[in-house]
Amino acid sequence: MSNKRLVVVGDGMVGRRFLEAIVERDPSWQVTVLAEEPRPAYDRVRLSAFFDGVSADELSLASELPGVDVRLGEPALAVDLEARTVTTGQGAYEYDKLVLATGSVPFVPPVEGAGLDGVFVYRTLEDLESIKERAAGRSHGVVIGGGLLGLEAANALRLLGLETQIVEFAPWLMARQLDEAGGGVLKQHIEKLDIDVACSTGATKILEADGRLLMETNQDGVAFETDLIIFAAGVRPADALAREAGLEVGERGGVIVDTACQTSHPDVFAIGEVAAMEGICYGLVAPGYSMAEIVADRLAGGEATFPGADLSTKLKLLGVDVAQFGAMDGPLATTYLDPVEGVYAKLVLSDDAQTLLGGMLVGNAEPYPLLRASVGSKVPAQLADLLSSGEVEGALPDGAQVCSCNAVTKGEIMGAIHDGCHDVGEIKGCTKAGTSCGSCVPMLKQLLAEGGVEVSKSICEHFSQSRAELFDIVKVTGITTFSELIGRYGSGLGCDLCKPAVASILASLSNGHILDGEQATLQDTNDHFLANMQRNGTYSVVPRIPGGEITPDKLIVIGEVARDFGLYTKITGGQRIDMFGARVEDLPKIWRRLVDAGFESGHAYGKALRTVKSCVGTDWCRYGVQDSVKMAIDLELRYRGLRSPHKLKSAVSGCARECAEARGKDFGVIATEDGWNLYVGGNGGFTPRHADLLVSDVDSETLVRTIDRFLMFYISTADRLQRTSKWVEALDGGIDYLREVIVDDKLGICAELDALMTKHVENYADEWKGVLDDPEKLQRFVSFVNAPETPDPSIEFETVRGQQFPAGSTERSHIQPVLLGTPERK
Amino acid sequence: MEAICAFDKLIPGRGAAALLKDGTQVAVFRLADGGLFALSNRDPFSGACVMSRGIVGDRGGEPTVASPLLKQVFSLKTGRCLDDESVALEVFAVEVVDGEVRVGATADVKASA
Ligand code: SRM
Ligand SMILES: Cc1cc2nc3c(=O)[nH]c(=O)nc-3n(C[C@H](O)[C@H](O)[C@H](O)COP(=O)(O)OP(=O)(O)OC[C@H]3O[C@@H](n4cnc5c(N)ncnc54)[C@H](O)[C@@H]3O)c2cc1C
Ligand code: SF4
Ligand code: FES
Repeated sequence: MSNKRLVVVGDGMVGRRFLEAIVERDPSWQVTVLAEEPRPAYDRVRLSAFFDGVSADELSLASELPGVDVRLGEPALAVDLEARTVTTGQGAYEYDKLVLATGSVPFVPPVEGAGLDGVFVYRTLEDLESIKERAAGRSHGVVIGGGLLGLEAANALRLLGLETQIVEFAPWLMARQLDEAGGGVLKQHIEKLDIDVACSTGATKILEADGRLLMETNQDGVAFETDLIIFAAGVRPADALAREAGLEVGERGGVIVDTACQTSHPDVFAIGEVAAMEGICYGLVAPGYSMAEIVADRLAGGEATFPGADLSTKLKLLGVDVAQFGAMDGPLATTYLDPVEGVYAKLVLSDDAQTLLGGMLVGNAEPYPLLRASVGSKVPAQLADLLSSGEVEGALPDGAQVCSCNAVTKGEIMGAIHDGCHDVGEIKGCTKAGTSCGSCVPMLKQLLAEGGVEVSKSICEHFSQSRAELFDIVKVTGITTFSELIGRYGSGLGCDLCKPAVASILASLSNGHILDGEQATLQDTNDHFLANMQRNGTYSVVPRIPGGEITPDKLIVIGEVARDFGLYTKITGGQRIDMFGARVEDLPKIWRRLVDAGFESGHAYGKALRTVKSCVGTDWCRYGVQDSVKMAIDLELRYRGLRSPHKLKSAVSGCARECAEARGKDFGVIATEDGWNLYVGGNGGFTPRHADLLVSDVDSETLVRTIDRFLMFYISTADRLQRTSKWVEALDGGIDYLREVIVDDKLGICAELDALMTKHVENYADEWKGVLDDPEKLQRFVSFVNAPETPDPSIEFETVRGQQFPAGSTERSHIQPVLLGTPERK
Repeated sequence: MEAICAFDKLIPGRGAAALLKDGTQVAVFRLADGGLFALSNRDPFSGACVMSRGIVGDRGGEPTVASPLLKQVFSLKTGRCLDDESVALEVFAVEVVDGEVRVGATADVKASA
């Protein structure tokens, strides 16, 4: 049976999962995908992250799928079950098997005026783009619906800077997941975020009023004047296509399928939100993924059936912990309420109180992963602990489902750990656990510990401590030398791992010139000669050019120096100029001329601040909204010379067009109409990562203070050679936790972080000037102790494209590339 | 044996290079405890004469130097590369006479490759 034709209608989350599964299991199918939306599948679950600055590209789930023809923007219009064809505006497609994955459409209750401009639904990226456009320059928004989706939409409006009102028909919020007490506690939390909530209230009519909207309600005298309205009142299965084709549909909608996902016609399957599995349509992605796997398995000859769905949910927004799992009510329920802290918990148990059946958590959802995984098993810990503290350690049975998005059990994860998975990244790779909503990741960490994987943090054989611990030791004891530190806290002579790490810690804490006394012996060769060693033993010279702004006179000096010393010159990716091929004995002479012309070290050799790139901003650009060049220069001058666990890069863009690529930087700043947005944890390099939004629309002073604290908190706690991107990812609680520490001062350490940065700024001195002023340090810049005037005779150059290169470069270009470092395994 | 410099000129915990009369380059290392070692200055992995600029330390008690380019670690005593058994640096004889450091080729201390 070659060339079997398969048509899939809908390229949403479930459709895409199905495509991946079928390509993997049975690539002999010739697949055509008819997709209504103009772009390939994207992560609808994380849709709201779009308002947190996550781009459409980052949400994309598109992947290269061999043998699959995806026809974007070409919706299926009709299905002929007899002829086995699907018709679109462009033509007809024949199939042997048809898979319907058309998802849902938002439900808009029949309210007069629901079609007016300024009234939206919340389902696609296009919806969000229109909402964003409408919100610009306006002040108020209403969300109709106080369920999971409505709360997400309300948060979106808040992020867009609108005053936000939620209107919910039911008597409390999230009525499908919470009981009245839980809904009440949740309302407190939502109102603390400055979102107004009106329950037992329904919209009756929407009117246009002077470019704004007026929404009337079923409550006497209650109406809202607003700029935009979002309907988030639920979804209905997108079953029109199936209905018209004559497939059986459920009473409340949805294409009826059996546990093999087969519809009333044997050649047609339905999966995802459009499918009514035994009469029920599931509005969550996890059951949809199971269905995708089932149909792929069936089409590859298998026998899979639907295992049942886990409808647990966790609100992933607003910084409010809410979770519901298993049954909402049952024979025996026990509750805990702390109205002061705003914590409510309810656990539903079997009548013998032995088995956990379900429950809900508001205000503190820390035990959620453990509880969810324990549904149907023994209660995993002392009830009192589970209900109140959140600090629970409990044992799960092997069969418990730890990752419900991907249906992975504890047993499978323990197996993967046993077979050599050593961190969360590896478990994700082998089992898929943790790769969707991420709520099970804390459990994965716990299971790693349970499996005896101890992640050693010690930096090398000479110190059992982590870098962060050594940092604290040095800070608290005031130790200023490596010998004292290794004598008291370590063993042996040290090595090329711990010596530079300690040198960096001593430098971060402002302990004088990095080549003073014993410190000189700790430095990597690059730091030792304040220049980067190249593969032939020569060095590169990179003067600082703050913000990338340079005068013509200084440009001329660089040109003259490079010409006089025969250096190869290149514009770097960091908006400055690198001069290569300097012999060690020439470095002081080169720097004498640069320092005299007003240049300083660019620290291209150090684990330190590299560059703060800029775009021209308001100075010249017609779009600029703030002075990005001046800000970049100010930041570069403030943090120059700051030693850190790894290099630090930054950029400042003058508007959202982002010409300086700030979101690829450790800390990136983007100008807004009202001030600055600060993004942190970005990275290019081995594992690119877009930076996360930390604070928005802040003034310059707040911006600088927040960066000060971010950098010092990073320097105090990161591992050796851990860039900010990995550090932010590894923080328990992520960016929200970071914000709590450095904006809200949750740990009470901000004053200390501020003081450390002040000390750095006050103590900064140019390292190269320090060397030129010190005859003893200058003596080290020779090739040979016994022949200080003689250059290394083994270094030779050749001329290529009018400049000098290490001899043999041209023949060597075919040899293996030089390893710059080892990508971190994840 | 050739005199290269005063012992006091060497920085404890760091290396220095010397150019012998026949053009050979030797890397001389002085440890904090006064120990003195001499090896070829040529990094066999890159071909660059840079071993004297590596970081000195120990691995399991064996005194070492790490190549500054690609960080392979070599024993200061035997010259053997601890990360790649097939590679070794030539070892030179070194002594201090009247406060002067002297080095020379030593056929008998040579590391077997
Ligand atoms: C010169 C330059 C390339 C160029 O010709 O443009 C360069 C050259 C080197 N890069 Fe780079 N990188 C240069 C921009 C970048 C950029 C782009 C940028 O900064 O906007 C990136 C990606 C952005 C980022 O870091 O997130 C970049 C990512 C790396 C990485 C990978 C880092 C990572 O986190 O994965 C390494 C390896 C490392 O640091 O471990 C590296 C390492 C190096 C080293 C230091 C390798 C080495 O140890 O010899 C190169 C030596 C430069 C020298 O001798 O002066 N370079 N490197 C650029 C200097 C910029 C500057 O003015 O300071
Ligand atoms: C804001 C938001 C937050 C959410 N959060 C969560 C969450 O936290 N957890 C969770 O589990 N779920 C969440 N969901 C629900 C989740 O997104 C859905 O369960 C999931 O997307 C369903 O996948 P699907 O493929 O069935 O439908 P969809 O992803 O909607 O895909 C269906 C696709 O089919 C297309 N289509 C429809 N008709 C046709 C046609 N005739 N021809 C061609 N194409 C057609 C549609 O345009 C669409 O692209 C959320 C949903 C939203 C909107
Ligand atoms: S980021 Fe904006 S202000 Fe800066 S150059 Fe680009 S368009 Fe102009
Ligand atoms: S539970 Fe969602 S990724 Fe594991």
